[in-house]
Amino acid sequence: MTWEVVIGLETHAQLTTASKIFSGASTAFGAPPNTQASAVDLALPGTLPVLNRGAVERAIRFGLAVGGAIAARSVFARKNYFYPDLPKGYQISQYEQPVVAGGVIAFMLGDEERRVRLTRAHLEEDAGKSLHEDFHGMTGIDLNRAGTPLLEIVSEPEMRSAAEAVAYAKALHALVRWIGICDGNMQEGSFRCDANVSVRRPGEPLGTRCEIKNLNSFRFLERAIEYEVRRQVELIEDGGKVVQETRLFDPDRGETRSMRSKEDAQDYRYFPDPDLLPLEISPAWIEETKRAMPALPQALRERYAAQHGLAPAMASLLTESREKAAFFDAVVAAGVAARTAANWINGEYAALLNDRGVDFSTPPVDAARFARLLALVSTGAISGKAAKDVFLAMAEGDEDAQAIVTRLGLAQISDSSAIEAAVDQVLAAQGRLVEDYRAGKEKAFNALVGQVMKATQGKANPQEASKILRAKLGSDPN
Amino acid sequence: MIHTWSIARLSRALAGRELSAVEAARAWLDRIDRLNGRLNAFITVDPAKTLSQAREADARIARGEGGALTGVPIAHKDLFCARGWLTTCGSKMLSGFVSPYDAHVIEQFDRAGAVILGKTNMDEFAMGSSNENSFFGAVKNPWDERAVPGGSSGGSAAAVAALLAPGATGTDTGGSIRQPASHTGVCGLRPTYGRVSRYGMVAFASSLDQGGPLARSAEDLALMLAVMAGFDARDSTCVDRPREDYAGALNRGVKGLRIGLPREYFTADLASDVRAPIEAAIAALRGAGAEVVEVSLPNQHLSVPVYYVLAPAEASSNLSRYDGVRYGHRAAEYADLNDMYAKSRAQGFGREVKRRIMIGTYVLSHGYYDAYYLQAQRLRRLIANDFTEAFKRCDLIMGPASPTVAFDLGAHTKDPVQMYLDDLYTIPINLAGLPGMSIPCGFGAGGRPVGLQIVGNYFDEARMLSAAHAFQQVTDWHTKTPPAFGAVSR
Repeated sequence: MTWEVVIGLETHAQLTTASKIFSGASTAFGAPPNTQASAVDLALPGTLPVLNRGAVERAIRFGLAVGGAIAARSVFARKNYFYPDLPKGYQISQYEQPVVAGGVIAFMLGDEERRVRLTRAHLEEDAGKSLHEDFHGMTGIDLNRAGTPLLEIVSEPEMRSAAEAVAYAKALHALVRWIGICDGNMQEGSFRCDANVSVRRPGEPLGTRCEIKNLNSFRFLERAIEYEVRRQVELIEDGGKVVQETRLFDPDRGETRSMRSKEDAQDYRYFPDPDLLPLEISPAWIEETKRAMPALPQALRERYAAQHGLAPAMASLLTESREKAAFFDAVVAAGVAARTAANWINGEYAALLNDRGVDFSTPPVDAARFARLLALVSTGAISGKAAKDVFLAMAEGDEDAQAIVTRLGLAQISDSSAIEAAVDQVLAAQGRLVEDYRAGKEKAFNALVGQVMKATQGKANPQEASKILRAKLGSDPN
Repeated sequence: MIHTWSIARLSRALAGRELSAVEAARAWLDRIDRLNGRLNAFITVDPAKTLSQAREADARIARGEGGALTGVPIAHKDLFCARGWLTTCGSKMLSGFVSPYDAHVIEQFDRAGAVILGKTNMDEFAMGSSNENSFFGAVKNPWDERAVPGGSSGGSAAAVAALLAPGATGTDTGGSIRQPASHTGVCGLRPTYGRVSRYGMVAFASSLDQGGPLARSAEDLALMLAVMAGFDARDSTCVDRPREDYAGALNRGVKGLRIGLPREYFTADLASDVRAPIEAAIAALRGAGAEVVEVSLPNQHLSVPVYYVLAPAEASSNLSRYDGVRYGHRAAEYADLNDMYAKSRAQGFGREVKRRIMIGTYVLSHGYYDAYYLQAQRLRRLIANDFTEAFKRCDLIMGPASPTVAFDLGAHTKDPVQMYLDDLYTIPINLAGLPGMSIPCGFGAGGRPVGLQIVGNYFDEARMLSAAHAFQQVTDWHTKTPPAFGAVSR
């Protein structure tokens, strides 16, 4: 029997403002506890919130990037609950009237383009942190994070597999970084996902969902969903019922476990925050923000397909980040064929960055230098194989490709007289292979090319060598 | 007899070097020292701090840099945060809280060179109409020590009435400046919502709270309001609008002024001993050239129920921060986190505060929100619209500030609803966000004072003050002082 999996994600993206959403305290990560908590963040009596315009501006950017509706008027509401790291006893969030409604995240799932619709995105403040270690029988409270601006992005329950959920999350992660509203640092908690998961028989109404919290890596997201789907299917197939609840993912055990059931769910008593006026966003503010926006990945993918004929999967890889796309554009602008540039950037270059654990924001070989390397390949001055070694050598310092080629003697021989001499020499020495070839064994031809390459210490242009070899063998009176 | 001087008189004397700020501060500190024991108007007095500020004021005056309030001692309701001062809000919860920062209002007085005379008693978290809900004990009415002074700014009102301070600050969420002003025979002004920054003013109900001055004349209120009013970016609901020249506008007079008398304010709810002085005051204003028109505020009877949904709703959330985690009272013993919250709050808050937290929590709860909170918000709009209509026909609205004179201590403590109804004439103004004031206009039963309420249109404080000043030019009610606490000379 088949089951259909239904997944919706709620993502908290920490916004890149220098100060908090309702106070002037710094949002920098990693400061000593409680050194970045102002009177407002500590919720001292009499303190009041003042909205950070930069946080709103980032929400507008997001709304524009996903094609959502940016509310002319949205409302901040209080979500009331008691917790030691929630200083006011309520979180300022948006409830009935969010800043962004709708929108779409488009991404590639393998070779297929998927479009997941968004329900909404709203602004809210983060809570502080409770520290349970190092305090025997007590809990430490660090309010540095309290008041950090978050954009909570809620998708429709339109994903049908853990892989699709991960692809969506990666695309969203790339997008928020692309438009500069979130640094995407998942270790520091700048981008965290909660997954709503349910299963059903195809065609049936939605099943009961569970919300899994604490997913701060793509791998955990995938493993948590896979575990949860298995758990729910087994439960139902054994005659049980899924209970609506919040579950926590335990990465050490690779399983989710119940945190609280719907019955324990708190009544948050949302109501509009009387300390803040409704947020009004004028068409002029939206226009101004739009003008300052970079070209979006979707637009670039379309341009790469139309202008360079790149396959969607290839274009999608190039637009993983704004830096990568800009690097590609610069290499192409320097005269390298788009396909060559794309293959190298997505291949050798991406592999090198991956090994080093960095990205295109700090490229070890800049676009101009990289373009000169690819030019040597396309003119046949070096072989593709040699180019890979040259590239790795370039990444170790500032040396130009040509200098490395010269230093290492990697120049390719394309001069036909030099290759002809080598071919003649090989034909004379390898009578057996020549006979085999004549007897119809095509493999023998490849062996002969190999011998020519060997005779030239690999520097012969292989196409040229084949051409000459073919001509000589073909012109033989036999 | 310095302590009998008005702020205006004191200001002239300080500027003319007739006396020093230190002498002035000593005069009132001495009064407090001798008489506060009878009234319990002050929670905190700190002569060393006050005199040190007074010395600074003297230096400033000597440099020729003084302003109208430089060297004038002002008492502050104990919910204005003042750096280094205990700021208790009349609660056990904050009985040990020393503020590390200044409220905007405190900063403004500091900039003007005014001196903090002390922090005044109040109903706990400004919840009450009698000042009996204070952790620090009830305040007595200087006119009759068996009577309440009104609340919640009862300490400020009693201090001004008994000449323990020339002026004081208060806050008015449902009448907490006007009602005690009325009951103690002083002048009190609640400005338009957004006129005075709420930053550093401990919140009761954010959409209704507004700070304002209490003093003995319209002229003194004008001098204080000029310091308190003004834009502050730290309060998002504060309005960026230049303040008027309140003192300069005082002598505009009332010729041609249209006074609206709401039909609904002169019904059987109004005690006859209050009605008579109010009607006499209107007659005096008419004699000075004002015209009188009848207006109607048909939805005013909804005000008290609407207020007792909205104010507790906001309060229940505003008071969540008092959880015993970062500051304030924490129970000495508890079993776990929830127990710590429960015990700290049960011990730290008084009965009325708990009652309102429970009401507020109830009306915001799932399943009740629409029927109570949302419905109250809709009615709040109707109540405000009544005023908009009325102000098409008049310039100021006048009537009683309170339906009765001050009641006896303990009279309403067993019946909170009866206590709530004492604010039926003041609450509508808060719901509409309008400015309102109370000025003394006579005495009712038992020689207890009666206050005339003057309500203006939005940001029309200058007109209200000039009408009050005109009244005080033709009457002398504002010069009366409680027999037991000495007479005013001007």
